[in-house]
Amino acid sequence: MAGVGGGNDFQWCFSQVKGAIDEDVAEADIISTVEFNYSGDLLATGDKGGRVVIFQREQESKNRPLSRGEYNVYSTFQSHEPEFDYLKSLEIEEKINKIRWLPQQNAAHFLLSTNDKTIKLWKISERDKRAEGYNLKDEDGRLRDPFRITSLRVPVLMPMDLMVEASPRRIFANAHTYHINSISINSDHETYLSADDLRINLWHLEITDRSFNIVDIKPANMEELTEVITAAECHPHQCNVFVYSSSKGTIRLCDMRAAALCDRHSKFFEEPEDPSSRSFFSEIISSISDVKFSHSGRYMMTRDYLSVKVWDLNMENRPVETYQVHEYLRSKLCSLYENDCIFDKFECCWNGSDSAIMTGSYNNFFRMFDRNTRRDITLEASRENSKPRAMLKPRKVCTGGKRKKDEISVDSLDFNKKILHTAWHPKENVIAVAATNNLYIFQDKIN
Amino acid sequence: MSSPDNQDTEAISEQSDERQDPQDTNSNPVKTEEAKLKAKYPNLGQKPGGSSFLMKRLQKGQKYFDSGDYQMAKAKMKNMQLPVAGPDKNLVTGDHIPTPQDLPQRKQSLVTSKLVG
Repeated sequence: MAGVGGGNDFQWCFSQVKGAIDEDVAEADIISTVEFNYSGDLLATGDKGGRVVIFQREQESKNRPLSRGEYNVYSTFQSHEPEFDYLKSLEIEEKINKIRWLPQQNAAHFLLSTNDKTIKLWKISERDKRAEGYNLKDEDGRLRDPFRITSLRVPVLMPMDLMVEASPRRIFANAHTYHINSISINSDHETYLSADDLRINLWHLEITDRSFNIVDIKPANMEELTEVITAAECHPHQCNVFVYSSSKGTIRLCDMRAAALCDRHSKFFEEPEDPSSRSFFSEIISSISDVKFSHSGRYMMTRDYLSVKVWDLNMENRPVETYQVHEYLRSKLCSLYENDCIFDKFECCWNGSDSAIMTGSYNNFFRMFDRNTRRDITLEASRENSKPRAMLKPRKVCTGGKRKKDEISVDSLDFNKKILHTAWHPKENVIAVAATNNLYIFQDKIN
Repeated sequence: MSSPDNQDTEAISEQSDERQDPQDTNSNPVKTEEAKLKAKYPNLGQKPGGSSFLMKRLQKGQKYFDSGDYQMAKAKMKNMQLPVAGPDKNLVTGDHIPTPQDLPQRKQSLVTSKLVG
């Protein structure tokens, strides 16, 4: 069956899966963010335990032509530790909310990782040479007795086993009263924004002791609070433009040239609501959980509970495309409210050419939509279908009446198996899907 | 939130099949779900998705121990019995004032992620 994401001969296949097969998943092992770097050679994951694991793609070798570059562990480190706010008697979770890579400027790689309160800039560098033949110290590091040194030698650089080191270069702390939900690096590669529930700050990557507050929606009287910021992102090309989404399903585009404090938006995106469909659930399911600009910068995509919408930045009054992710959940909203699943925050992503979009669902299903052909597909991240290069079979949820073979009924869906985080390689058809504590990598079939 | 005027509503309903018939809730599954929820929780806030959700969201995080509350409770305890922690010491709920002994142990230092090999 022709697949989604590019070309007619296209098929998604299993490539790799990382993580343990335990039935009992430790809370710390739950993956909380997934992000490819700009070249796609590096894939970073963050988890609830505050750890970052970076995978690197192997160079394709002539010896194994069928194996597209596999992702293997490159570096891992503890990014954030649990902290305690003594003033408020609150624990600050070490869970990594977001990782964003900086564009590469030299041999080292840099990324920003954030938990609820603190953003850190990490430098990941390789060391594959070591100096030997020091004059003042022995090979094992002990200082030599200066009186016993009778000759002078020049230390020589010798190859050593590759060591990948991660070190925190900047710590951006104490700027957020509320919980950070987004970070986004500006196209100027010098500044970035961080957003919490009520405020957005602009930082310079070199300066940690201050940041500019550029959006503040905290009302003078908290009783009047009606909406919170749910996500924010910088425009991919215009360094003066950013957007932020709200819990009411609206998106505001702001221009930093207009004012220092961007409380007044330049553009306001909202789809008019059909008043006859208004219900108790309306506002909750309209809350936007993710917003992403297209690579072209012309469009943006928003994810709410049941759908993904593509907006043209030139048209504020409605999205240009709407894709239903799991419309069958509309008849389950009561129980989804009771088990809190209605508050799950799904992310979404574009492929490299902006022709396809992907987002997750329940039962370890994830969905892809081809914007050109209007075809969509549901796939599953499962260990049952994890033989190397095994083709993924499309899945289908049966909404009522007679269930066909291979279909699954809505009532049988496992709502604990949620795919909230997915990422698409910036240039190729390679995707990373986080299923609770496992990371799946899928690729297109090699013809 | 401003509501669209009547002309816009006409245009929108062209796209959706259902005309709202108050007696027929089967055509609108969301209304059925809403009725179910109201039946279970009749006192559920009149302001849906409003302040209560948002305040809960802003205050995410477990409050462990308030020394002020603790001192006040200790003073009161001389006069009357306060509820003590139940068998599950990790769960601090209701009127129970947490004491240092009740607090769950701080998390241990973590081992390497299982995503690594």
